[in-house]
Amino acid sequence: MDLRYSAEQEAFRREARAWLAANVPKEPLHSFDTKDGFEEHRAWEKKLHAGGFAMVPWPVEYGGRGADLLEWLVFEEEYYRAAAPGRVNQNGIFLLGPTLMEYGTPEQKARFLPKMASSEEVWAQGWSEPNAGSDMAAIQATAIRDGDAYVLRGQKTWASRGAFAHWMFGLFRTDPESKRHHGLSFLLIPLDLPGVSVRPIRKLNGKAAFAEVFFDGARVPVANLLGAEGQGWNVAMSTAGFERGLMLRSPARFQATAARLVELWRENAGRCDPSLRRRVVECWVAAEAYTLDTYRTVSRLLAGGKIGAEASLNKIFWSELDLRMHETALEILGWRGELLPEADEALGVGEWLDGYYFALAGPIYAGTNEIQRNVIAERLLGLPR
Amino acid sequence: MRFLFDEDQLALQETVRDFLAGECPPARIRELWESESGRSAALWGKLAELGIPGLAVPEAHGGLGLDETSAVLIHEELGRAGLAEPVIATAAAAAPLLAELGDAAVAAPWLERIAAGEAIVAVGHAGSPLVADAHVAQLLLLPHAGEVHAVAPADAQLVAQPATDPAQRLFRVVWKPREATRIAAAGRGAALLAAALDRAALAAAAQLVGVADHLVAMAATYACQRQQFGKPIGSFQAVKHHLATVKVQVEYARPAVHRAAWSVARAVPERALHVSMAKLVAAEAAASAARTALQVHGAIGYTWEQDLHIWMRRAWSLGNAWGTSSFHRDRVSDAVLDPGARLGPGTTF
Repeated sequence: MDLRYSAEQEAFRREARAWLAANVPKEPLHSFDTKDGFEEHRAWEKKLHAGGFAMVPWPVEYGGRGADLLEWLVFEEEYYRAAAPGRVNQNGIFLLGPTLMEYGTPEQKARFLPKMASSEEVWAQGWSEPNAGSDMAAIQATAIRDGDAYVLRGQKTWASRGAFAHWMFGLFRTDPESKRHHGLSFLLIPLDLPGVSVRPIRKLNGKAAFAEVFFDGARVPVANLLGAEGQGWNVAMSTAGFERGLMLRSPARFQATAARLVELWRENAGRCDPSLRRRVVECWVAAEAYTLDTYRTVSRLLAGGKIGAEASLNKIFWSELDLRMHETALEILGWRGELLPEADEALGVGEWLDGYYFALAGPIYAGTNEIQRNVIAERLLGLPR
Repeated sequence: MRFLFDEDQLALQETVRDFLAGECPPARIRELWESESGRSAALWGKLAELGIPGLAVPEAHGGLGLDETSAVLIHEELGRAGLAEPVIATAAAAAPLLAELGDAAVAAPWLERIAAGEAIVAVGHAGSPLVADAHVAQLLLLPHAGEVHAVAPADAQLVAQPATDPAQRLFRVVWKPREATRIAAAGRGAALLAAALDRAALAAAAQLVGVADHLVAMAATYACQRQQFGKPIGSFQAVKHHLATVKVQVEYARPAVHRAAWSVARAVPERALHVSMAKLVAAEAAASAARTALQVHGAIGYTWEQDLHIWMRRAWSLGNAWGTSSFHRDRVSDAVLDPGARLGPGTTF
């Protein structure tokens, strides 16, 4: 055990800190759930990419800098410390990227990863369907082979930023006779293809960035199959492991929120229920515990370990922590907590409300926390199905 | 940066786990509950053969000379076994205090006796008027106005304070500080006592993780066996979710304890904060595990015959030992809410 950064890691931290200090936009960007905000975030990603910081753990040839996961954690810490913009292409860079790295052919990697790293192409994810939510193996959308293409029919839904994204990755039934998790294939689909229609869905925060996507005979080249035909479930599970496990929600994000919460408490302590003090401190402790666990996990991965069902522990922990932090903040804010940022009485606190909306989705997406609890019980504790 | 234990640390942990599984089954713990002292000289001797009382005693004095990053895994196993022998006071608190005392004439003989398994040391701390295991100790290290006193048990009067955990033997110690008993003056003594409290609280936190782990394992085993409505109760989501929730809590307490071990071993300036955070989350995880394991067991878990309460009681008594959760929460709060606190991303290590 050695819980000290190396000289190289410290040097990398300084380099990232200096670059971010010089380049992070001074004014917050508009929400990436709006068209304007989406494009502002893409422009930011382009800048980040040009600076060499878009995807630090990726190989240089795909637009990364070949850093290891510890350096990635360091970068994330600096990124959130600098209050840099949210990652508009998070579904691509954090979820699909690692899966492409594992299952993609050399041609697929060369075709997709560089444009993903620069956010020239932004990705949406296509798991859920109207009748396949927690029960993802109930997928009905089909992709039937016809010559050199798959012909897609069916519907995907709850695609974050699907209203503006350029590409979608998702699971389709390539064997129409198959049941459950058999006969599914992982496809990469351009959303501007004929036979694809995207219908934005307005979500709880009032913004229409969410989408449902309809497929009516769209032809996707066979070259866009990721992994083997019929093996899509396994490919997708690797994505899901990364998503819940590590990259999507690095601890720095929650540490930044916890630090803001402590700041909010200090500013308002005289005006609110003293018992909130305990909750504030508990949130800080939990964010710290999440960080420690992540360093432990990364150390394990660097020593050759794998992320398994433990990813479910992680997903429950961060999603419930995020919610608790925002609930606590809103309680500290009292009557001001309900105000939108444009209200002049909001005094800049509107971001807590925005964050609360975002946090409310946490226990639902990436596999509901109920499903995660089943996974923990069955796979980590050995309880019967 | 490498947040992993070394192979030899894990091997030692496994040795201790196997040893305790053989030597310390629930029936043995119950026998000790019924015995007058609650302690077993034979078991202490065997622990000494493994080197456990002298874990932190320098090799020159016959100990293993291991730091807290090794000790923490051993304490986890002591917790898992439900063993209440006075390892925390003797090995985690007293031995390092004596080793750091800077007075070889006083310390060396005791360090050697500790390592040989010939001396148990009971340690008092300012947070509680009660001293655990004073009745079996050969030496009492007691605080008085920031000074440390080494008191012979014969010079103190012990008043037993029976506690809810029959394995926990607590005493009010009536004694008079004298010039001859003082081994560290105020100032130096306060620093030694603070370090002893941190080390002991860390060890207790590690034991609590072991206790919590074991409670979850017991409940999971029971949930697989116990049938109702024609199937194992562990197949019901209500039961699964109870256990999954506490499993999350335990797994996020563990790294906090391991980090605190590093901080204490390396005298990291924030070690007191790290220890308090570890003790707090470990005590909460163990209390939740106790509560959940009882619920999963149902009425059978509420009986004296079922072994579950051996660990429930350990969770409660260790939760209060070496600083209650209130004490540790206050220390964390004071550190975190201090206007000068370094918080946010990049401040963890």
